[in-house]
Amino acid sequence: METLNAEQLNFEPVVVGFTCNWCSYRAADLAGMSRAKYPANIRLVRFMCSGRLDPVFIMKALKGGADGVLITGCHPGECHYLEQNYKALKRFKLLRRMLSQFGYEPERVQLVWASAAEGTYLAHQISRVVEEIRALGPLHRASDTPSFELIGDAQLQEATV
Amino acid sequence: MKQERIGVYVCHCGSNIAGTVDVGQLSSWAADALEKRGVVVARDYKFMCSSLGQELIKSDIVELSLTRVVVAACSPHLHEKTFRTACQQAGLNPYLMEMVSLREHVAWVHSDKALATQKAKALISGAVERVALHEPLDPISVPIEATTLVVGAGISGIQAALEIADAGQKVVLVEREPSIGGHMAQLDKTFPTLDCSACILTPKMVTVGSHPNINLLTWSEVEAVDGFVGQFTVTIRKKARYVREDVCTGCGICMEKCPSKLIDQVYEAGLGYRSAIYRPFPQAIPKYPVIDKANCIYFQRGKCKACQLFCPTTPNAIDFEQEDQILQLTVGNIILATGYDLFDARRIPQYGYGRLANVFSSLEFERLCNAAGPTEGKILLRDGVSQPESVGIIHCVGSRDRNYNNYCSAICCMQSLKFAHLVKERTGAKVTNFYIDIRTPYKDYDEFYQHVLQEKVEFVRGRVAEVTDAARRPGEEGKLIIQVEDTFIGKQRRIPVDMVILSAGIEPRHDSKEVSRKFGISCNGSGFFTELHPKLDPVATMSKGIFIAGCAQGPKDIPASVVQGAAAAARVLGTIQQKSLDLEPVLAQVIDQKCSGCRICSNLCPFNAIGFDLERQISTINPALCQGCGTCVSACPSHAISGTQFSTEQILAQLHGLLAESFNGNGARTQSPAFSQAELV
Amino acid sequence: MKPSNEEPYGYYPGCSLEKNALAYNESTSAVANVLGLKFEEVADWNCCGASEYLALDILPAYALISRNLALAASSSGSHSLVAPCSACFLNLSKVDHQMAEVPALASQVNEALAAGGLSYQPGSITIRHLLDVFVNDVGFDRISSLVTHPLYELRVAPYYGCLISRPDYEGVYDSPEYPTGLDHLMTALGAEVVDFPLKTHCCGGHMTQISEPVALELIRRLLQNAHEYDADVIATLCPMCQLNLDVYQEHVNHAFGTNYHIPILYFTQLIGLALGIRAKELGFGREFVSAKRALAKIGKARPAPKKKRKPSKEALPMPQATEVEYR
Repeated sequence: METLNAEQLNFEPVVVGFTCNWCSYRAADLAGMSRAKYPANIRLVRFMCSGRLDPVFIMKALKGGADGVLITGCHPGECHYLEQNYKALKRFKLLRRMLSQFGYEPERVQLVWASAAEGTYLAHQISRVVEEIRALGPLHRASDTPSFELIGDAQLQEATV
Repeated sequence: MKQERIGVYVCHCGSNIAGTVDVGQLSSWAADALEKRGVVVARDYKFMCSSLGQELIKSDIVELSLTRVVVAACSPHLHEKTFRTACQQAGLNPYLMEMVSLREHVAWVHSDKALATQKAKALISGAVERVALHEPLDPISVPIEATTLVVGAGISGIQAALEIADAGQKVVLVEREPSIGGHMAQLDKTFPTLDCSACILTPKMVTVGSHPNINLLTWSEVEAVDGFVGQFTVTIRKKARYVREDVCTGCGICMEKCPSKLIDQVYEAGLGYRSAIYRPFPQAIPKYPVIDKANCIYFQRGKCKACQLFCPTTPNAIDFEQEDQILQLTVGNIILATGYDLFDARRIPQYGYGRLANVFSSLEFERLCNAAGPTEGKILLRDGVSQPESVGIIHCVGSRDRNYNNYCSAICCMQSLKFAHLVKERTGAKVTNFYIDIRTPYKDYDEFYQHVLQEKVEFVRGRVAEVTDAARRPGEEGKLIIQVEDTFIGKQRRIPVDMVILSAGIEPRHDSKEVSRKFGISCNGSGFFTELHPKLDPVATMSKGIFIAGCAQGPKDIPASVVQGAAAAARVLGTIQQKSLDLEPVLAQVIDQKCSGCRICSNLCPFNAIGFDLERQISTINPALCQGCGTCVSACPSHAISGTQFSTEQILAQLHGLLAESFNGNGARTQSPAFSQAELV
Repeated sequence: MKPSNEEPYGYYPGCSLEKNALAYNESTSAVANVLGLKFEEVADWNCCGASEYLALDILPAYALISRNLALAASSSGSHSLVAPCSACFLNLSKVDHQMAEVPALASQVNEALAAGGLSYQPGSITIRHLLDVFVNDVGFDRISSLVTHPLYELRVAPYYGCLISRPDYEGVYDSPEYPTGLDHLMTALGAEVVDFPLKTHCCGGHMTQISEPVALELIRRLLQNAHEYDADVIATLCPMCQLNLDVYQEHVNHAFGTNYHIPILYFTQLIGLALGIRAKELGFGREFVSAKRALAKIGKARPAPKKKRKPSKEALPMPQATEVEYR
């Protein structure tokens, strides 16, 4: 494993985590009940389903100050709404491709499936993701970054459908 | 835009939250820093969910004319309802309240107080931004179909079905075996009172079989479940019995005459025989036999029909032409009581099950003891003749063992004690129990243990290393030798016995994961169905209208299974009595003016809730079918679909809030790199 | 991991195979030839320290053993190292495992290796026992397809010994308590495998040198158990086991007044026989307890399926294998 430099060591990344109401949010609840520890750098936001995940949310989060985004949901085949997590998966893949086209590390956006029973597993995954994003360093938002509204829409829609 | 008046309430939850989060600082910060975002009051209190805590919120709503409330306490899955009700009582629409999970998502998972408090601020800031955009809503009311489906007719399912049927409601009871009864029908005596299992179960089975409100479908399996609470559509395969239920008298002549005899793996636990046309046991409900196609000579080789030949009824009750029937039913609630599988002791080869003749599994031993079993209740060795003079009973086989199952199977201690008593009583043999711990909680259980101790049953504490027939010392020849470390004396011991009984553990049904997927509920890591709350809601699941009972939820004994069956029934009866059920008003809605009619959304909905208005050329959403997942909302290129309670604006506002209060780079708090409110729309 | 076709297995014969277990070495190379297995002996290997040296002083012992790993890693293009001797296999895999688990140990060991201009990165070599190669790489199907002289009617007691399946660092054995790989291998050769409850029990190891009565008792148990199950031969995969059961069989008979005559053969010798290799090339004749009489038992034709003794009318059926797959 590569060693972190001083800047990276002192750097506290902010990671926004999107969860679904039925599996991963409950996994986070269970992590709490099991007292499984993970870094305080993650901020969880709840949806009903990972299918609700609009790629705009991810871009807004990154633009708004997050250094990374963690998408979570029910395991494939176990979606409370039958199959909507597959749509999240599709969007995630397209979005990652788009991120690298924009010159950002695609690893800043990560996907983890966690069932309601996998509290400790989710805690481990959150720790892993936070550390990986810490290693990537702060997300540099150049002041001349074009507004996502201007360049994003076409691609966003592509990723959306 | 009108400025909302927001109240923020931070709960200490005793020391659960206050131990890790600086709650005092948090509430004064919220009052201060979030004032310009509309926070007019922020308080912290020991227990917000207590009546005094709720009063605090209620009086603020009234006296300070609050229009929005943020409660930073535990997970919304625990107390959202509590605080919504409180708001409603004070005259505020309940959906204008937002919860922040400080306990599960902050205090219990972080250790650094400063970082945890910082995160709590970010979450509260997000909730304040979000709640400002909440809209007053009314819950959706769905009608409840009064019929209930119960899957699995072991003792738990039987109890659930009877409770509901006795209350005057209709039940469809589905069982995949030819008879109801489940594992309890196989047992001989039940601990700790030693009542005969069949004697207490049979009357219940008979009642189920003849109950006017119970539609009993044995030899049947649920194939598919569609729809949601109140209106599930269930597809059931009623397997062909090849016996006409309207004609058969259950005389049993066909079973006698059937030339195909085979080992009965299910009811007799592999210790006895049955014919290819069979009913598992004499008291079976229903009394009609079934033909096991795979072992029927006629079905396999085209010749025989002995059963038809000897059937005394007219018209003949045997019908080889019968076909599987597919039934479709509408039910309002579902109770899953699908039971357990016994741990297969062959997986621990060093215990010799399947290799050494006189090693028996617990269910085999139950059949051995049972007066209706293969030995008519005589405890005999595998040769079927000799009686054991010494018996070893090994506890925790496949349980509390990280190689197999970590959990305790709950029944094995008491079951082993019962076996010890029965062996003593019927053979006078020397009995030794090999245990790790003796677990005898619940009424009269420990008294039973004391009683067995007085019967001079021996107990050796230690996990058995192996059971072998390799004699080493004089006196071991021809015996099974149990090698064990006696942890009380710290010595290895070799104890020769004639018979070994393995108290095998309880496992989830081999297809429990498949079943859970079919019904849209979840399983824990071991494969037991997950309840909504481990203590406070042990029979409900995350899917409304689907309840669980008995060993499908986790290992438990007969009294506990009965309790759960009855509890699930009570929950179901409650909703039936209400006739309708309030659901979260989480729905997608098309904004007609914005819809361009591209129909991208319509393919995304797995519930077919999205239709198309040909006249107006726009999409429409059927609120009765929409489940509120929000996939169409995020997919609409024109932002023409909005999701109540999870609108794009609400989520972006939440993101804005929580990022505005996040540290950034070197732990320093950024003022606001976040997007401006103007960008939100 | 199975090496690709071009990649040979690294081979660490160990001291025994040069002397008392010559038959093991001969039969292994004869069988490898037929099966097309390429074994490349590590040049300049040294003793693994057997089971004693580790007990004396850990660091020199680890350095001694790791030298072989370092040589194997640097010399050949192979990423695996096969040891036919169970003690060698255990020592090599233990050192590899502990170096990975305890970085401080790894750096000390590497310091010692540096004196000889060597170094070893734990995990860079997969250490395997010869049986594992036959069971998991060659496979039962391939072996049984090459059998020309099946071992019909030969009753074989499969004896694993105590060293290879516990601890099972790589998770190779189906059950560390009751492995069945060798059982299936022998069945694939046409032999009749007997249930051998003591299959993973200790042969006494070097106890013969320390306390003969203890060793003889351990050996007696194994012979007695094999005899009770009517075994014609015991198939071993460890030179130590072979030595103890074979050489000391006469001592056991003398000490306990028994009359055991059970040849102790390497499993590779039995594979060789079934593949039609001449007995001489397989090292037969080197054993103390002659295998001649037992091998003469091998039948020409597949025995008719044994008529199951009709169980008495009262007898209860034995547990049957269920169709439910284990999770």
